[in-house]
Amino acid sequence: MANEISIGPAAPGCKKHDPILVADNVMRQFGGLTAVNVEHVEIPRGQITALIGPNGAGKTTFFNLLTGFDKPNTGSWTFEGKNLAGVPSYKVARLGMIRTFQLTKALSLLTVIENMRLGAQKQPGENFLRALIRPLWAKNEAAITVKADDLLKRFKLDAKREDYAAGLSGGQRKLLEMARALMSEPKLVMLDEPMAGVNPALTQSLLDHIKDLKKNGTTVLFVEHDMHMVRHISDWVIVMAEGKVVAEGPPAQVMKDPAVIDAYLGAHADTDLGTVAINVPGKAGN
Amino acid sequence: MTTQTPVVYAEHLDAGYLPGINILNDCSLVANQGELIGIIGPNGAGKSTLLKSIFGQVNIRSGKIWLNGEDITGLKANKLVSKGVAFVPQTNNVFPSLTIEENLQMGVFQTPKRFDERFDFVTSLFPDLGKRRHQKAGSLSGGERQMVAMGRALMIDPSVLLLDEPSAGLSPVRQDETFLRVREVNQAGVTVIMVEQNARRCLQICDRAYVLDQGHDAHTGTGRELLNDPKMIELYLGNLADL
Amino acid sequence: MDWLNIGSLALGELFSPFTATFILCALGLSVHFGYTGLLNFGQAAFAAVGAYGMAISVLTFGLPLGVGILIGLLASAVFAVILGIPTLRLRADYLAIVTIAASEVFRYFMTTIGFAKVTGGSNGLSQFGEDFWAANPFPEGTYGFGPFMYRADELWIRVVAFALIAVGAVFVWLLMRSPWGRVLKGIREDEDAVRSLGKNVFAYKLQALIIGGALAALGGMVFVINLSNVQPQSWGTTFTFMIWTVLLLGGAATILGPIVGGMVFFVLLSVTQGIMSGLVDIGALPFLTLPQVGQIRFLLIGLALMLLVIFRPQGIFGNKKELQFNG
Repeated sequence: MANEISIGPAAPGCKKHDPILVADNVMRQFGGLTAVNVEHVEIPRGQITALIGPNGAGKTTFFNLLTGFDKPNTGSWTFEGKNLAGVPSYKVARLGMIRTFQLTKALSLLTVIENMRLGAQKQPGENFLRALIRPLWAKNEAAITVKADDLLKRFKLDAKREDYAAGLSGGQRKLLEMARALMSEPKLVMLDEPMAGVNPALTQSLLDHIKDLKKNGTTVLFVEHDMHMVRHISDWVIVMAEGKVVAEGPPAQVMKDPAVIDAYLGAHADTDLGTVAINVPGKAGN
Repeated sequence: MTTQTPVVYAEHLDAGYLPGINILNDCSLVANQGELIGIIGPNGAGKSTLLKSIFGQVNIRSGKIWLNGEDITGLKANKLVSKGVAFVPQTNNVFPSLTIEENLQMGVFQTPKRFDERFDFVTSLFPDLGKRRHQKAGSLSGGERQMVAMGRALMIDPSVLLLDEPSAGLSPVRQDETFLRVREVNQAGVTVIMVEQNARRCLQICDRAYVLDQGHDAHTGTGRELLNDPKMIELYLGNLADL
Repeated sequence: MDWLNIGSLALGELFSPFTATFILCALGLSVHFGYTGLLNFGQAAFAAVGAYGMAISVLTFGLPLGVGILIGLLASAVFAVILGIPTLRLRADYLAIVTIAASEVFRYFMTTIGFAKVTGGSNGLSQFGEDFWAANPFPEGTYGFGPFMYRADELWIRVVAFALIAVGAVFVWLLMRSPWGRVLKGIREDEDAVRSLGKNVFAYKLQALIIGGALAALGGMVFVINLSNVQPQSWGTTFTFMIWTVLLLGGAATILGPIVGGMVFFVLLSVTQGIMSGLVDIGALPFLTLPQVGQIRFLLIGLALMLLVIFRPQGIFGNKKELQFNG
């Protein structure tokens, strides 16, 4: 089936017209277990790509490898043509690849607004010598704060501006982490289960923000389990299982793939679970 | 329509973790024998807090909780377990270095003599637990651990099973399995109260549900009523599923 | 029981150079631990490096004291780098162990006979502070009132010491309310989160180590100029743990904490000493002798530290909220 994104038909490891990230032979083993073993994968620029797969498929490990939070056994990958193997995580972030974490890292001991300000990258006040002379960074700080407030409003966290992040609920912390990731206007945003724990009604408005990102030219790669979300906004879906890329393609195509249904989506994806027949052994057990 | 004493009756609860800040504000809940009760709602609404209040993990500042007619407000968790309240937390809910069987043994810690009888019941519900009884819980996947955690909770033959977001972090097929499993447990006669973020699935399987908003039980009804209520859809459920 | 004497001695502790030393060291430790989360159990070493650096520059190299002070500061920065490069990538508890070890190594180093020509060995060094006393602008005489009566030289060292404290406090305050300070607070809680936002965590930790160490170096210099000698025995674990007590008493991640904590600590110490000695004198504590009173003070310090950590870990000025979330 032809599509606009890949060169040729969609298949695991297929080439893309305009990839922003290309990875080759990336392997990560933990003792005897191979967590990641990706031969070749390309992430299309300016598109929203979903990375799905069962738990233990290696999605988060793959994220960690690409962003410098873990070292692979073998493999190389480039971001915007720049070789990233061995580059430390903070440098990767500075190059424009920002990631969020599966277990949220909203900084509890800082307030919401301070969390947001921390997300900005070009604040001269973060340099030790310049920090001592307030006029050198005050203007920048004001601009950063305006941007932070704007993002907080979009994510409906503005009322919590002065609260310590520890006082937010789990879902609100996830939103904060995502909003914070956008402060530095990254080229590629990598979201690890951004909607986990977020109220379904809020999810919808957030998806619009993610679509806005795409309009601004930002590339998005996200891991998710919510198939409705994946179907709704992703342009491309990559399926991982047991460390390998097992399927790729536009969402509609991937979700009809019987292997994917078996391993991941389940046969009841669109049925009402209240009506599915269940087996209950007789209460004779007790 | 029964006039029996409810299994759990939480009445006008005010509760919170930090002094001076209440997460629950005049929150009430009733669970009758054999019911599957769902608790859904936006982030920060207090869903987990309500569940943890029933399990004695949160400061209850006003209001009472009754278990089968007995006042259990403020009781410590170990007393609640001996009274038949079983709680399955969202994370860290199994002992990874212990086998499945040992995890289940921990479940009947207070009444070890009942192990054999309860083990038979739990493995009849979840045959996989019996087949893999010697496997270490740490080597199981997320969905499998959920099953062990639920099995462990069932070992005390609880009056009520409290589940905190059992489907969290699981892939769709495992989520569906979890929800079906909860239905099976409930059909076997266990009263269940579950907090869920996956509101749609939760409402599909529960008898009645409470929608919490800002710490208060803002709406209630049967699962079907809430699923089809346009106001619910607009405020809480979203209509992604229908797009 | 001469209450007047006890009281006046105690008040005298408020502004003693001894107190100033520990305030400076605790301020440095506040940067390390309070703001960055570095478990430094070798703060005594930084103070010692500063003191020895200054003394050796004057005595062995014949440099003026002003240069000696700069060299002492530089030495503490180098020490911080040598200590930091291998250890800052380790877990917090490993840093704690390594800093204790480094502190003891330095102390024994200074005691070694082999280097005694330069370091003075176990006898230490003296007569390096002439330039300081020569620079005293206050003419001869007594100044002050009541319990705060000082000779010119006593006044001079107090003025300098507390001026240093003021400068140090303002310096730390300016830093911590700046974006640089914000990064530190993030690092204190979760280094990976801060890395994911593009900050070089290792560089920040090293900078914090250097800054906190420099403050301790100043404290060490005040200490030895006041005593007019520098000896290796002073810089043991007791010195470090007294700094920790002062810090936790006042509040670990605050500026006022080390200052008020230091003053309160030494006043209390003096009062306890005074009362217990007085009681021993009048025979009310027949089971104690005067020398033992001195020892018991340390027992009390240890007890106080334990009770502080258990019942009021945020100290006098600390923010309960900031600490509560850790629990």
